[in-house]
Order: sequence, then C-alpha cells, then structure tokens
Amino acid sequence: MIKRDLVIVGGGPAGMAAAVSAYENGVKDILLVERDQYLGGILNQCVHTGFGINYFKEILTGPEYADRFIEKVKNIPEIEVSLKSIVVSLMPDKIITFLKPGRLETIKAKAIIMATGCREKTREMVHIQGTRPAGIFSAGLAQKLINIEGLLPGKEIIVVGSGDIGLIMARRFTLEGAKVKAIIEIQKETRGLLRNMVQCVEDFNIPVYFNHKISRIYGKDRVEKVSVCKVDDNFNEISGSLFEIKCDTILMSVGLIPENELIEMAGVRIDGNKTSVPGIFMCGNCLKIYDLVDWVTQDSFLAGKLAATTIELLLKPGSHSNTMGAGLQ
Amino acid sequence: MKTHDVAIIGAGVIGTSIARELSRYKLDIALIEKEEELAFGVSKSNSGIIHPGTQNPPGSMKGCLCVQGNALIRKISKELGVDFKEVGELIVAFNEDDIKELLRLKKEAELLGVPGLRIVDKDWLEKNEPNLNSVAVCGLYAPTAGIISPYRLVYDLAENAVRNGVEIFTKAKVINISRADKYFEINTSLDLFKSRYLVNAAGLFADEISGMLGINDFKIKPRKGEEFILDKKKADLARHLIFPLPSKVSKGVLIIKTADGNPMIGPTAEDIEDKEDFSTSDSGLNKVLMSARRLIPSINDKDIIAYFAGLRPVAGDDFIIRHEEKCPGFINVAGIQSPGLTASPAIAVLVANILKKNELALKKKLIFHAHRKKTMHLFEIPLTKTQALIKKDHAYGDIVCRCEMVSAKEIRDAVRRGAKTMDGVKFRTRAQAGRCHGSFCTTRIIKILAEETQTPLTGITKRGRGSEIVRGGRGLIND
Repeated sequence: MIKRDLVIVGGGPAGMAAAVSAYENGVKDILLVERDQYLGGILNQCVHTGFGINYFKEILTGPEYADRFIEKVKNIPEIEVSLKSIVVSLMPDKIITFLKPGRLETIKAKAIIMATGCREKTREMVHIQGTRPAGIFSAGLAQKLINIEGLLPGKEIIVVGSGDIGLIMARRFTLEGAKVKAIIEIQKETRGLLRNMVQCVEDFNIPVYFNHKISRIYGKDRVEKVSVCKVDDNFNEISGSLFEIKCDTILMSVGLIPENELIEMAGVRIDGNKTSVPGIFMCGNCLKIYDLVDWVTQDSFLAGKLAATTIELLLKPGSHSNTMGAGLQ
Repeated sequence: MKTHDVAIIGAGVIGTSIARELSRYKLDIALIEKEEELAFGVSKSNSGIIHPGTQNPPGSMKGCLCVQGNALIRKISKELGVDFKEVGELIVAFNEDDIKELLRLKKEAELLGVPGLRIVDKDWLEKNEPNLNSVAVCGLYAPTAGIISPYRLVYDLAENAVRNGVEIFTKAKVINISRADKYFEINTSLDLFKSRYLVNAAGLFADEISGMLGINDFKIKPRKGEEFILDKKKADLARHLIFPLPSKVSKGVLIIKTADGNPMIGPTAEDIEDKEDFSTSDSGLNKVLMSARRLIPSINDKDIIAYFAGLRPVAGDDFIIRHEEKCPGFINVAGIQSPGLTASPAIAVLVANILKKNELALKKKLIFHAHRKKTMHLFEIPLTKTQALIKKDHAYGDIVCRCEMVSAKEIRDAVRRGAKTMDGVKFRTRAQAGRCHGSFCTTRIIKILAEETQTPLTGITKRGRGSEIVRGGRGLIND
C-alpha cells in the first residue's frame, strides 16, 4: 500500500487552498484527488463575476478565481494532482481508495482533508406533485449545460427557489435569449445575496413571487406548464390563489446539501466543526454551505494548517496525534 | 412483405418472456412495441418483487402461475445473468384478528402449493427484522419471495430472444389490425406486419388491441400506484419484503427491498381513468409514509430520493390468458397486474402451449442459446474485482455517475446493447438513479449517447421523441 503524508479529496477552491496551506505549513508530500478532468470545481462553470472581492480585493469571474489557485498548485511540485479520480472508499484508519481510468489505488495517509463540496437539492427532495417529464434541471446542471457545453436547456423558464445559483441562472437564461417567466420562492424573502437580487433579477425585470410555491408540474414528455399558489406561514396553499404558467423548463434552486457520503461511510461523525477521527479534517461546502468562495478559501487555509500540525506531531516521537483535536476549529 | 409465424404486441416483461420462450422453436417471431425502448410501459414501474404466491385465491389462474413462475424465474435469471435474490417476505399481524387472517392466508397459499410457509412469533421478528414496529405480534414468513430488477430482466430476456432469432420493432404503434386469409395484418406507425398468429401483450392497451379484432368483452382499468425510493444508505432498513395484511384491491403499502439496494415504500392503489396519468401527489406520499411507518416507524421522508407512479392494467380479478375462438390464431394475454412479473415465465410457457393446441407446430431448434453473458455492474462487485476489470479495460475506472458508481464503459456497453434514451441508460446501468438525480452525470451521458448513436446532442431524449433534454445549442437558439 502506498503511504502519503496528506491526501486531499476535492480539487475545488477548498481543496486547493488546503493543499497550498498545508505545503506552506511544512507538509512536503501531498496528493490532491479530483474527480473532474480539471481543477477548480464548480468555479469553472461560474462565468459571472463577483468572486474574490474580499480575498483578492478584486472582482473576478469563477474561472479566474480558480486559476489563481491552479497556478499556485501547479508551481508546487510537492503537490501531486490526480485528475479524473473518484474516491470510492474512506476508512477511519485513513486508508483511502480511488478509481481513475486504468487504475485503482489504495493509499494510507497520515492525514486526510475532505473538501468534497456539496450538491443541489432536487425536485424529489422538496416533493412537487405532478408528472416527471424532461425539462426539470437543478440550476447548477443548467449552468453547466449553458456555460460549459454550449447547450440551451429550454426557452421558457420557471425558477423554483431564489438561491444564488437560481438568480444567476435567471439572468444567464435571459442573456441567452430565453424567457424567464417567474422565480417562485416559498419564503417571504430571497435566500440569495442582495446583490444578485438587484443585478440578476431587478435589472432584467424578472417577476419574483415570494410566499408562493409550485403546486403541480404538468407535461407528458416535456414540461408544459406549472400551477403556482400562494402559501400561508406554514407553507400551505391558500385556497383560491392558484394560477398557471406555461413553460418548458423548471430550474430547481432550493438549497444545497454537503456531500458527506464518504465521511458517513467511514463511520466518521461530524460534530460541529470537528470530526470524530483525529487526522481527518473537512473544509469548504462539505463542512457548511458558504455564500462566498472567499470565506471558503480563508477557512480551508486553516484546515491545511491543522493537518500540517497533525502530521508534524506524528513525526515527533512521544507525541500523540489525538491531543490535537480533530477537525476545524 | 415477410410473414411471421407469431407477432407479439407489447415488449414489456410479458411480451419479451413470450418471445424468448417461443424462440426455442423454429418460428419467425416479431415483437412489436410502440415506445422508443422496451419495458417503457407497465414494466418500468414494477416493484421488482418475485412473489411466493401468497395473497391469491386458491383457484385463481394468477395464483397458480405465480407459484410456477417463482420456481421458473430462478433458472431463467441464472441463464440470463440477471440478479435474483431470495430475500423472503413477512406479512405482519398487529392483533388477534390479524392472526386469524394470517392463518387463513397461510392455508390458502398452501393450497396453491407455496412452499416453506410458517408463522413466526414476536421473538423471531425482533431478532430477524429489528426495525419492525414493536407492536407487531407475529408474521407469516414466506421464504421463497425474492427481488429482481424488472427492467434488466426485460432487457436481458429481449437480448437473449434476439440472439435466438426474434425480431424486435420499436416505435411501432399499432393503428389497426385486420384478419384475412389466415393472416393477421398489423398496421403500425412503423410498418405493416403480417403474421399467422397474434399475441396481445399490450398491457394497459390490451383492450384496445383486442377491440381491433372485435373482441370487446373486457376493459383495462388502470390502477395507479405511487412508489417512493429511499437513499441507498438505508439499504438495511428491512431484511425481508414486509407486507401488511392485504386489502381487497391491493397487497397494501409495502417495505420493498430492490435489486439496486435502495429500499422502496409503496405502492398506493387508486383506480383512475386516464391510461397516461403517471403523476404523483402529496396525498399519495402522505398515505404511503403513514402506512409504511406503521410497519417501520423510523422511516424518514428526508431519505426519499425519487418517486414515480405506475399503472396496473386491471381487467377484473384475474389474468385473462386465452385463445379467442371467435378470432382463430389470436391470443389475449391481458389484465396482467400483480403478480405478473413473477408469473411471466409461467405465462410464456402457457402461451406456447395454447399456440401448440391451436396447431402452431413447435419444433425445437437444434441450437437454442439459453445463456447470455452477465452484464457487469461495478456497484455489485467488490473493489478487488473492480481493480481487475479496470486493468482489462481502462474505461471501467472512468466513473460517470458517482452516486451509483457507474463507469463510462458500462454506459457505452448499455448503449451498444440497445439503450437509446436517458431513461434507457438509467434503467440498464443506474446512472442518474442516485441521490443527485443526474445533476452531475447528465452532460456526460448525453455526450456518450450522442456519440454512440450518431445523434446530435439536441436530439438526445429522456424517453423518446418529444422529451428532448435540451432545446438548442450555441447558434441554434433562434432556430
């Protein structure tokens, strides 16, 4: 079995910052495992601006922000990057297994940082009645289709939920010539950043319905329309408020869930900012959902430093790694 | 125009089982399906339960065929390399009245020949089904109950049938049928077919097909069932298939183990009119949750990752499987609701016998290829085997669907074996069937499908024409 000092799972902003920080704090043997074909994670599809204002004091696009870290990582030979690599098993004794084209590798690490990000809640999780035709996308998938693949998911759009990705995608679809017919938000105010409400919604005159929800999805093969209703304080339908909107596409932007399946599989418990296993750390959106990547970077630097301290302690005879306290403080 | 010996309308589990059974003989067989792919009708929303034969009246055709089918499916699944797991079922009693009913069910099932039945007590239940509601007093245990993937069974039956000479035609919706000079002329949206014998396995539309030949004495009434799939993390929720006592219209809301590992709860049973109403509802969800929690109280609605509705093709209380004397050569196989999947191999044998009785010569082929090579799924093999596979073919290490661990190699193979749509890929490989619901893998699957089928990306559909995933590409937006 190959032994490494530090394995970092996830090559998005969190994983890259943790890798750079661990190196700067003395770790000289780092493996960064990324499942996609390039580093940068979800930033690659975020072609809008607004990144880096706090961290770099500059306004950058997602790919530009990612690039700054990709460059750093590339210039540190002690950080080995393994792309197209998907971790399939994590053990509490810090043995990690991943697959990549042509290879399965098992590694015993002194410390592991999980920076696996998050996924979007789906229509299934919020349970919307009706049919299950083509044309229902998570906002992030729609973003990938447009910005990475150059494909337009639909032409008449309803956005469900007012999370940041949903708001940004409302503008993106409008710019691509599609008609965003409404943003439907069950809460009485937006879940996204105020600046996105102004720059993505108000500036483009996109109608927003607060205190409303989708009551039913219609369409046999492709989405044809939705019915929408007003809700009371308990999110129940107010009778007589039902109306229909024709559309061919529904974008779901109803929240994010940390991707912690590997941590759970390992039986590692997450308690606040700590994990139950010394030497296994977490950072970025898999630990908690952040508004801004700048804060992800900042906190992930700390995770890298903590991992470095753990590894250093392990190297010193007579010390116990578990005196360190596991996880992010 | 070629004349087939037998034409079968409908390529669900019944049609493909019949086709495969008949492919043992020297016959020209056409299997005709209106959808883009096989198993896209009733079969795709099947629970995947291989019933032991309980909960059927002793004299019923469906009861007998169920018991026979349960025995036959074991051999067939081995031959085809489809995973069948004998997990056993429990029908649970909550009070003294229930116990009487359990004993009655046991007696009826024994009359049908269901093997191995026994009443298990509270201690047994607590030991062997730890998450079961502690209020349960006893259960009827049927060890021969099992689970199978309903769609993979259909696809593998079909693949094997084709290997043995069956011709399959999809996107061929029957418009009308006439009978002249001992031949049926089947006019479809794809082509005109001619056959000496005609088997109607058209599921929800069997009454309409039958009506085209003047046989109008049954009606198919759809009975909707909504089912809710839980995250794989909950695979150990139940060790057996768990049933409440059956009602008049259904076996009730069950805790279902599936061949894919995800537990499933449901189905509801609601008689409806529209044969194309596959919508799910809040009331269905609430009903299923309430009933399922009576069996396993710890079920959490947050673990639901997917849901669907299926329609059972109901024509009275029993199956209708018969040669129509008024229309010689025409065999109706209709009203195949539960336990149709279990009964399917026995139905196929029965249909072959009916054809023989009606003077179709069944001469065995010299070579019948009974076996097919098992389809490889990374999610069901240990990592050591995965390692060996990746060494043999790099693409096994190229994971496309990370929730269910499906490789590019498996997806490409599925397309080469006949998947034409996103749903077809999902049913065969499980890619997109996990907790992220395709958010991460949709783009790659579209690309693989487009490449393998030589279709533009904009032409890739969820389940056939009209269900295109995207509506334009760069520069195409104003088209």
